[in-house]
Formats: sequence, C-alpha cells, structure tokens
Amino acid sequence: MAPILQVKDLRKTYEGGFEALKGINLDIEEGEILALLGPNGAGKTTLISTLCGITQPTSGTATVAGFDIRTDYRRAREQIGLVPQEIHLEPFSYVGANLHFSRGLFGKPRNDALVDGLLKRFSLYDKRRNRVRELSGGMKRRVLIGKALAHEPKVLFLDEPTAGVDVALRKDMWDAVAELKKEGVTIILTTHYIEEAEAMADRVAVIRKGEILMVEQTSELMQRLGRKVLTIELREPLAGIPPALGGLDLELAPDGLSLSYSYDTRAERTGIAGLMARVQEAGIVLKDISTTESTLEEIFVDLVSEGAQ
Amino acid sequence: MNLLAIRAIYMNEMSRFFRTILQSFVSPIISTSLYFVVFGAAIGSRIDQVEGVSYGAFIVPGLVMLSVIMQSISNASFGIYFPKFTGTFFEVLSAPVNFLEVLLGFVGAAATKALFIGLVILGTASIFVHISIAHPFAMVAFLLLTCLAFALLGFIIGIWAKNFEQLQLVPLLVVTPLVFLGGSFYSTSMLPPFWQTVTLCNPVLYLISGFRWAFFETADVPVGISLLAIFLFLCICIGVIWRIFQTGWRLRD
Ligand SMILES: Nc1ncnc2c1ncn2[C@@H]1O[C@H](COP(=O)(O)OP(=O)(O)OP(=O)(O)O)[C@@H](O)[C@H]1O
Ligand SMILES: [Mg+2]
Repeated sequence: MAPILQVKDLRKTYEGGFEALKGINLDIEEGEILALLGPNGAGKTTLISTLCGITQPTSGTATVAGFDIRTDYRRAREQIGLVPQEIHLEPFSYVGANLHFSRGLFGKPRNDALVDGLLKRFSLYDKRRNRVRELSGGMKRRVLIGKALAHEPKVLFLDEPTAGVDVALRKDMWDAVAELKKEGVTIILTTHYIEEAEAMADRVAVIRKGEILMVEQTSELMQRLGRKVLTIELREPLAGIPPALGGLDLELAPDGLSLSYSYDTRAERTGIAGLMARVQEAGIVLKDISTTESTLEEIFVDLVSEGAQ
Repeated sequence: MNLLAIRAIYMNEMSRFFRTILQSFVSPIISTSLYFVVFGAAIGSRIDQVEGVSYGAFIVPGLVMLSVIMQSISNASFGIYFPKFTGTFFEVLSAPVNFLEVLLGFVGAAATKALFIGLVILGTASIFVHISIAHPFAMVAFLLLTCLAFALLGFIIGIWAKNFEQLQLVPLLVVTPLVFLGGSFYSTSMLPPFWQTVTLCNPVLYLISGFRWAFFETADVPVGISLLAIFLFLCICIGVIWRIFQTGWRLRD
C-alpha cells in the first residue's frame, strides 16, 4: 500500500533567507506513529506547518492519502488534524462551540454525538459551556486536540502535545494516542521528551538543522545504536585497573568498587566472555553483575553532537 | 464550494456579535441621539430646509452611512486581525477552504453586523424626525453594497495591520475625514464652487449622495454614477484581496 504521507525533497526558506527545511524526504505508513525528534529550532514545527498549509513550501512536494498538498489542497487538508505547539484559542469562546466550529470549518455537517464523545474522552464534557479562558493550561491543550479530531482526520499532527502537561495527564495523553492508533489514525508527533518517543512511536525520525538525519524503527534504532554497559561490582576495592585487564575498554569507579565495560550490542563479538575469563584469571572476586541499556535520549544526544562536529 | 465552512466562519463571527449584543446596539443608539441633539436641534433650528427637506431628516441618510461605514470597517478589520493576533487563524489556514469562502464568511458577518446597526440607527432616527423613503429597494441596496464594500476594505486593513494602532490608523486618518467631508451633514450645493469640485474627488460623497437619493430623491451626483462608484470600489477591494490570498501576504509565511 502507498504511504499515507509522502514528502519529497521539501524545502522551506523563510522570507529573511533562512533555510529551515533542506530537502526533507519522508514516507509514513497508514496507522503508524512517527516521532519527530530534534533540538529547538530543528524545523519540526516548520515541517508540520508546511504539510498542513500554514506555511508555503519553497519547493518540493508532499501528498496526503495521495492528494497533493498544493494542487489538491482541499482533499489533502480534509485528511489532516493539527494540534499546534502553542495554545491558540480564542479566550472568550466556549469550549463546546469551539469543537463544533472546527468540524464545520472542515466542511463536515454538525454532529452532536461525535463532539460530545470527544468532550467526554478528553474530560471536558463538564466544561463544555465554559469559556476557554476559564480553563487550565492542560485543559486548553485538550480542547486543541478535540478540535483537531472534530472532523475525523486520518492523519493527526501533534506538535509537542505534552509540553507543560503534568505527569498524570501526560500518561492520559499517551493512552489517548494509543487509542487513536487502534482506530487507525496515523500520528506524527514532535517531542522533547525522549521517553515519550520511546513509549509511543513505532518509528523515530531525527531531524536537525532542517535535515532528517535518520528514520528508524524505534526498536531497531535502539539496537543499531544502542550500547550496553556491563557493570561488575567488586568485593574488594582496586587501586587501579590491573595489568591483566589492560587494553580493554574498562573504567574503574572512583571508589574502586566497580568496573564498567561498555560494548556494542550489534558487534559480533561483544568481548564479554573474554573479559570474564581474564577477570577470573586476575583473581578478582565479584559481588554482582548488571547491564544497562542506553536510552533513546543518549542515542539522540550522541547523534546530534556527532553531527555538530 | 465549501458551504459548511462558510457557515461555520460566519456563525463564529456572528457569535462574537451576539455575545456583546447590548454594547453593539446601545452605543450607536446613544451616539445617534447625540447627533440629533447637536445637529438636529442646535444647528437644525438655524437651517430650515435643505433642498426641500427639513434639516433633521436631511442628515439621517448621512448619519446612517457614517455609522455603517465605520462599523463595517471596524468589524471586518477586527474580525480578521483578532484571530491573527491570538494565533487561532492557523486553523483557517489549515482548513480545506479557498479564499472566496474565507472572505464570504468574515466579510459577510462584518457586513451583517453593520447592516443591523444601520437599521437600528434608522429606527432611532425615526423617533426624532419623520422619515419618508422614496425608493425603499434602492435604499436597502445602497445600504447593503456600502456594508459590503467597507467590510472588504476593513478586511484588507485587518490583514495589513501589524498592531492595534495600525488597525485604528486608516479609519481615523482617512475614512473619518472622507465621511465627514462627503456630505453627511450638508449638501454640496451649500459649498462655494471651488470646494464643490474638490468634494467630487471624495468617493464617499457618491455613496451618501446615492443613499440620500433613495430617501428624498435629491442628490449631489446622478444615482447611476453613485452605483458605478460603489461597484468600482467593490471590484478594487476584491481584486486586492484576491492578490493577497494568492501571495499569502501577511497571512502565510
Ligand atoms: N516565521 C518564521 N520566519 C523566519 N524564521 C522562522 C520562522 N519560523 C521559524 N523560523 C526559524 O526556522 C527554524 C526552525 O523553527 P521551528 O519552529 O520549525 O523549530 P522546531 O524544531 O519546531 O523547534 P522547537 O523544538 O523549539 O519547537 C528556527 O531557526 C526558526 O528560528
Ligand atoms: Mg516547534
């Protein structure tokens, strides 16, 4: 099946001459969740705004469900729901009316059951007759999500959906996203919380300075770039690394009570067996052994700083 | 045509009007009454009749036009500026709508509000003076076209404005003088010949003249020319807005 979202060599140069997108290529399959990961100013919002019709691309093409975002913008935009990064809501408008408006704006006939359902789903039903300015920040964000879903889009863009949202609510948001995925909605989200991408996304696209550095299955990414650290806790402290263990990528803790060995999980020989044999030969007594996996965050920081050099 | 989207924009704009319906009506009623006290009673007692019409009645069309023009501009410019200012306009930009639909929604609502207020003023005025309308259809047509034309102008101002000061600038510096000097409260025949010629350069004169003709069948310029002037003005505004939407000027980055 053709990807639901196809981006080809998309470029955006802002009026001042700043090139915010430098030829983005990206395919997204229907029903998947893609996390756009990148530091401040990477171009995440610019990419989303361009796909949604808020900014005009300088060159390149993109299609949504096969419809070109420029030549067939009506049908392309009908497929898309957008939750912007900033909370943009008219303060004096009413919550319920806001959702009805969004649905109408996208050319769908009024549907009370659907809007009420969304309000309930995002715990806003009690507030439906309140003005937006009477809501808390987290509630406003949920109003925005409700608005974005009011016209039943196939593709949902979430630009930092959990910025400024408390831990409990963030969990709710993750659940809501998982539920939407079950309903078949394709989701593209941006986030600075790495654990969020790890928890939710099927794939991760790393973007920096307007370029996509890599797109990878979340699990594969972990494997491909993931390094593990083997920590050996010792019964007796060591003054230094014994000569018998020289030439290995070992680090001794300042207190001399643990050795850590970092290795590549994708390498054919991790060198663990050899290390253990030499430890035994050197007569070092072990207390415990543990391994830790590097998180996506560490991978990400690595990648970004590597690229920066 | 995305009729549902036009309706949504239109109703959303109107809801802002209904939320403040009291203010929307009270202030024009009060200001009209004040005009009658000042112009009708104080000045009117010195000017008996203008072109066979009592001065009190003579100023009614000008008074209605004055408010309708100002209201159309301020409603439309605010209507489009406010969502740009609060950022909610992103939704319209991301919606499957074209420029005509956005325009119909916003400008239609602004013109409707102005029309309402124009009628309220007419009603208030009829309490003070006896008003006869010679050509009711022409009267309504002129009123409608004026509302539309100036709502379009307001729409342009709202897109152009980068802050609230600029939003006030054009109405204050350009439109108010043109309206006051466009024969709202006098007939050009009362002016010296030189100024009569100068006034003919004022586009608002043609509107007020045509509108007044619909009431009393007296006009500064022929009605046909008044109509032509409005259509010309409408076309210019639509042309400018079409260009704005095409280029995305001040709307899309
Ligand atoms: N309207 C604009 N005019 C000029 N430059 C802009 C405009 N909007 C964004 N930029 C620039 O484009 C670059 C990318 O911005 P963008 O908002 O897409 O980043 P982002 O990845 O969303 O960042 P963040 O994580 O902080 O939200 C930045 O350098 C920014 O300064
Ligand atoms: Mg952003």
